[in-house]
Amino acid sequence: MGWLIQGSSTNSMASNVAVKQTIDYDQSMWYVTWIAFRNHKGALVGAAVLGVIVFAVLIGPFIYTVDPQYVDLSIKNQGFSADHLLGTDNLGRDLFAQLLAGGRIALAVGLSAMLLSLFFGTLIGVLAGYFRMLDGPLMRFTDLFLALPLLPLLLVIILLFRDVLRAAIGPEAGIFLLIVFVIGVTSWMQTARIVRGETLSLKEREFVKAAVSVGASNWSIVFRHILPNMLSPIMVSATLGVANAIITESTLSFLGLGFPPDFPTWGRLLFDGANFITLAPERVIWPGLAISLVVLSVNYIGDALRDAIDPRRRQLTV
Amino acid sequence: MEQLTSTYPPRCPFWILLSCALLLWACSPSEKNPNVTKEEIVDRHLDVLYWQAPSTLNPYLSGGTKDMEAASMIIEPLAHFDENGQIVPTLAQEIPSFENGGLSEDHMSITWKLLPNVTWSDSTPFTAEDVKFTADYCMNDEMGCNALVEFQDIDEIVVIDELTVQLRFKKPKPHPFDAFVGSNNPILQKAQFENCTGLRAQECTEQNFGPIGTGPFKIVEFRANDVATYVANENYRESDKPYFQTATIKGGGDAASAARAVLATGEYDYAWNLQVEPEILTQMSQAGYGEIVTGYGSQIERLMLNFTNANSALDLDKRSVYMDGNNPHPFITDFNVRKALSLAIDRNMLVEHGYGAGGAPACNVVPAPLRFRSPNNDSCTESNVELANQLLDEAGWIRGDDGVREKDGVKLSILFQTSTNTVRQGTQALIKQMWSAIGVETELRNIDGAVFFGGDPASPDTLQKFYSDVEMYTNAFLGNDPESYLANFTCDQITSPKNDWLGTNVNRACTPEYDKIVTELSITADPQKREELAILLNDTVIQNYWLIPLIHRASLSARLYSLGGVRMNGWDSELWNVADWYRIEANVFIFKEAEVSN
Repeated sequence: MGWLIQGSSTNSMASNVAVKQTIDYDQSMWYVTWIAFRNHKGALVGAAVLGVIVFAVLIGPFIYTVDPQYVDLSIKNQGFSADHLLGTDNLGRDLFAQLLAGGRIALAVGLSAMLLSLFFGTLIGVLAGYFRMLDGPLMRFTDLFLALPLLPLLLVIILLFRDVLRAAIGPEAGIFLLIVFVIGVTSWMQTARIVRGETLSLKEREFVKAAVSVGASNWSIVFRHILPNMLSPIMVSATLGVANAIITESTLSFLGLGFPPDFPTWGRLLFDGANFITLAPERVIWPGLAISLVVLSVNYIGDALRDAIDPRRRQLTV
Repeated sequence: MEQLTSTYPPRCPFWILLSCALLLWACSPSEKNPNVTKEEIVDRHLDVLYWQAPSTLNPYLSGGTKDMEAASMIIEPLAHFDENGQIVPTLAQEIPSFENGGLSEDHMSITWKLLPNVTWSDSTPFTAEDVKFTADYCMNDEMGCNALVEFQDIDEIVVIDELTVQLRFKKPKPHPFDAFVGSNNPILQKAQFENCTGLRAQECTEQNFGPIGTGPFKIVEFRANDVATYVANENYRESDKPYFQTATIKGGGDAASAARAVLATGEYDYAWNLQVEPEILTQMSQAGYGEIVTGYGSQIERLMLNFTNANSALDLDKRSVYMDGNNPHPFITDFNVRKALSLAIDRNMLVEHGYGAGGAPACNVVPAPLRFRSPNNDSCTESNVELANQLLDEAGWIRGDDGVREKDGVKLSILFQTSTNTVRQGTQALIKQMWSAIGVETELRNIDGAVFFGGDPASPDTLQKFYSDVEMYTNAFLGNDPESYLANFTCDQITSPKNDWLGTNVNRACTPEYDKIVTELSITADPQKREELAILLNDTVIQNYWLIPLIHRASLSARLYSLGGVRMNGWDSELWNVADWYRIEANVFIFKEAEVSN
């Protein structure tokens, strides 16, 4: 950003105008995006649902103060009641409290893993696309990761590093970091490929050539011109990444790995409830519904963002 | 397929060839046996589910019950225990006794007479040489044989003639029915395993995965941790048996899906070890395809307490290694802690949650037969949290700000592992809460059953390595005498890298006094004295809290109503009489048709 403003302040008035327009457009871009986004009904519903779920898992445990891990066999396998909104499991643990606690994990894992994978993906994609020399090696590296069977890899990583991290920072934080890291480093490949493709096409564009010709450094070109123009695909990968991370965490928990067995995550609730599916179907319906709703609404939001941010795809004329 | 090729004529020779090959392949099974109908194939096929998949077929190299049972369809011992715990001859003509001269008056030897005209499945004759070889195989010090306790005190094995073998003991052995009795120490073929002794035992994958046996079945294909495929042994000594011509033992899944596959959908004939919440089993049984079969043996679901330091910060050559007692656990070695841990547990609650009619609270490590059962520990069925708290207070374990007790910077924080199973995870959660009431913090961990029980020396998660403070599983002894079982807790049985983690003393607790009584028991003939000594040993284990017994479990399996001949056995392999299993109705294929036509 810096070089353009500096350059323009010492240059002609026309450039100043150009800067001003850019800034204006910058502000209005989000406004325009919002208008376009608003037009996507599915995304609005998705955002509302996601908002409710996020609000519930963040605020819920302070209002609904039942301990999700408290075992009480005298109230096992109960249905809906005032004390236990969604009933209890076969150990008498409150299902709603477990759902709320599990939601925090799902969202925390989803967001952190997404950020990590976005970081890796963008870094590798930009490097590969921008520096011809790195393109070959980095893309083969990406292919290597794409070819790895992920689930077995996850199992091995968890087996190898579980004890080390547990000793260093405790069981729950340790496994959280491990899962976030593991999902992050195994899901950046799609982002990297998309970003590389976009970088390749962007760096041949006139405004980049112009920046090169006035002596802009590589990094300023990347940060000022390349990355902002790739916002749309990156946002989409981000939303897909959240969904993917939540599902991977659920899978790990469903396999009986990941977090300790008494630690309620949505995947773990599914795993525990699966045996009871004919006896108490609500035990799998609620966590299953929660996972589906979050993933679905995040996907809708991503879909709408892609359409909204990219001016060529915008259906709305402003 | 035919329709497809006629509607869309192939355009190039390659596709014609490929289609022909596929057609041929698709048709070939029925062309091979034109006289056998689909129904008969299904009728004569036995489908067994072991949700803990067998990982080897050599029981001498594995502590897993699943491996022993999968192998028991192929290789046989000299005698089995029947469902009442009585010894019945298998490869022996009769059970040696004083009357028939098989037992010597001085208890120094036992002479087995082998059945004549028995051949291995490769048609070679079964002789006393094979019996001698098997004992030498297991007694080889370099091997780390899992059934070594069964062979203790054997001085030498003498082949008297082709069908007579004599086991001579170092000292009087009044209960000589350990070696070669029960499916955990069957006879291996000398010709096959000759080059697999000592250190090479683990390397002989071909032999360990495909032992040649005298049993009703022989192995066709063994995929470790997945599936074992058998065909009937045409050289089996009873020509009209087994009824089933083919059999599979399929592994994988979990106990609940195994129960469902027999009880609720009728896809499998038999499912083993159904550790499933009682309310689920009750509901599944209502489908009417099959029933639960139970047999009480000596199975005890127990908490093993690790007497060695299992801290993950330790080097691998120290972690959970006994080192002659120089690597003690920071707090489990404190008697008061162990006692408090046991006192805090409400066993009735554990039964109610996970076992129902398939279990009872247990206070002994030897729960049966009745004459060996100690009457001295029954008070454990009542939990006593107050007393537990008092004990810990007096021992100087003081509650910190977080409610967790500590002393000299050591926190009562336990890593508690078991296999993945919803009943066990439920039990874990219950115990965690019970222990939190006495200021003990518990971290739970569950490990896939195939790994936990797999005994793979390369895996850090096996029950033998015991890289945690407490672990929970079930163990039992075969037969009706606990002598060799109680010898599991001797000092020389401690699992360690030295014996490839194959010892039976998993909790690494031992005292010379205990070892001495074990020795005494092994030379005591008087039945009443034997009972006293066995009870004394049981009480030593229990009252020193080397382990915490939780539940006396019934063997719980499921069979289809159409599967006959099952005699549920809590004392030996559940498949001990698989040769006698048969199909009750001919029309079972109704349930299974879909499977075949696929």
